[in-house]
Amino acid sequence: MVYKITRKNVLEAVNKEKRLDGRGLLDHRPIEIKFGVSNKAEGSVSVKIGKTEVVCGIKMGVQEPYTDHENEGTMTTSMELLPLSSPNFEYGQPTIEAVEMARIIDRGIRESGFIEFEKLCIKDGEKVWSIFIDLAIINDDGNLIDAGALAAILALMTARFPEYDEKTEKIKFGEFTDKKLPLNADKMPLTITFFKLGEKIFIDPTREEEEVTEGRLTIEVSKPEKEEMINAMQKGGEAVFSIEEVNSMVDEATKIFKKLNSLVTDELKKAKKEAKEK
Amino acid sequence: MAYTKRIDGRKLDELRDTSAKIGVVPNADGSALFKQGDTVAIAAVYGPKILNPKHCQNPEKGVLRVHYNMLSFSVSERIRPGLSRRSQEISKVTEWALAPLVLLDELPGTVIDVHINILQANAGTRCAGINAAAMALAAAGVPMTEMISAVAVGKIDDKIVTDVTKEEEDYEEGEGATDIPVAFLSNSGKLTLLQLDGRIQAKRMKEALEAGKEACKKIFEIQKKALKEVE
Repeated sequence: MVYKITRKNVLEAVNKEKRLDGRGLLDHRPIEIKFGVSNKAEGSVSVKIGKTEVVCGIKMGVQEPYTDHENEGTMTTSMELLPLSSPNFEYGQPTIEAVEMARIIDRGIRESGFIEFEKLCIKDGEKVWSIFIDLAIINDDGNLIDAGALAAILALMTARFPEYDEKTEKIKFGEFTDKKLPLNADKMPLTITFFKLGEKIFIDPTREEEEVTEGRLTIEVSKPEKEEMINAMQKGGEAVFSIEEVNSMVDEATKIFKKLNSLVTDELKKAKKEAKEK
Repeated sequence: MAYTKRIDGRKLDELRDTSAKIGVVPNADGSALFKQGDTVAIAAVYGPKILNPKHCQNPEKGVLRVHYNMLSFSVSERIRPGLSRRSQEISKVTEWALAPLVLLDELPGTVIDVHINILQANAGTRCAGINAAAMALAAAGVPMTEMISAVAVGKIDDKIVTDVTKEEEDYEEGEGATDIPVAFLSNSGKLTLLQLDGRIQAKRMKEALEAGKEACKKIFEIQKKALKEVE
């Protein structure tokens, strides 16, 4: 019943190109970024989009490389839907929702070439660095994929290596170097998820809005040179999309990429300045 | 060297040898095998049947459950049997790809179980699984609005190709490989599956989707033919 009323309200609003909170269809809620929220992590950040908050912590490990990539480091992305963040989440094994979101975020980062995996090699075929991107939802008010993806990128950009003891071949946990992770800043991927309700498509839904959408398409964009590239896509939900709809979402994604990109650049500059002043 | 010729000699828009067969699992309400080159998927449908436990039932519509599984010996390096994160995700996107064509609104309180197993893998397994599953659903007599066909489109170096092989997926020269599994509805021509990983110019997405649509038309003919062969 509540579902039907909400659906009707959201549908009426988006059909008038408006949202329940007055935003346009392709507007984000205010985005707030705070670095260094957990000082034991190699890198950490909190990203708020409206009332949604995701925390990302980067931890590093050392392991044997995979046999098919002997001179490359590894990366693992996981997401925890903490029960503290919503009455809808429960303890237990990661749900398919958490698994899917983590895998989408992982794919965009991996495929963009943002991380230089060869530079994470310690000893060919024997020891490589592994990066753990761990995402935790602190408050769920919708759009968790985009918030999580943004948090992952920002946490990676501010992370630094822990001390590594070459004799014992172990990490000295708790001791940090000043060395940043090997990243290609100009290949930074950003993630935009479009949601569909009726014939309308919009971004950054609140939980209330997201609950009544029929499907979504996540697009991960990077701009290594002059041209925007798509690094990952995922359709979710039971909605169907026409080719024209997909084309227009791809087009919009490249525009939104530009906006998000300048926001990220500004935030990183601000963080750098603050770090200097300390 | 640029990718001017496909590794297995096919034309850019040419499918591998494709065949389909209905009725490979006698116990199932409907079943099918879909073979695309070296990739072989079998699918079995059980249902619609009453969903138990009762509290899992949806009084307004039927539930579609998809289970995708790769057999441990279907790839060169054995994979551990059981549920992986990858297979969980593929099960879910397959569910989303199939749900729009089943008239679930007419089946309240029931469940349709779709089991997909990959016998032999050489890329495109989720697409072969969807193709087999759609046929198995039709063979089971599940009420459907239309059929669906799936294919893995790719961009290998700077060429858009259809029905990508493992060897092509691993292509690293030039612009490298991008994998784009898609599924199109047979009548409305709309997409119910769209995934991508790799690197493709935003501008070239259109071309890739059109290639997928054309390939799916060919696959639909093969599915239709196999369904008609059932006695």
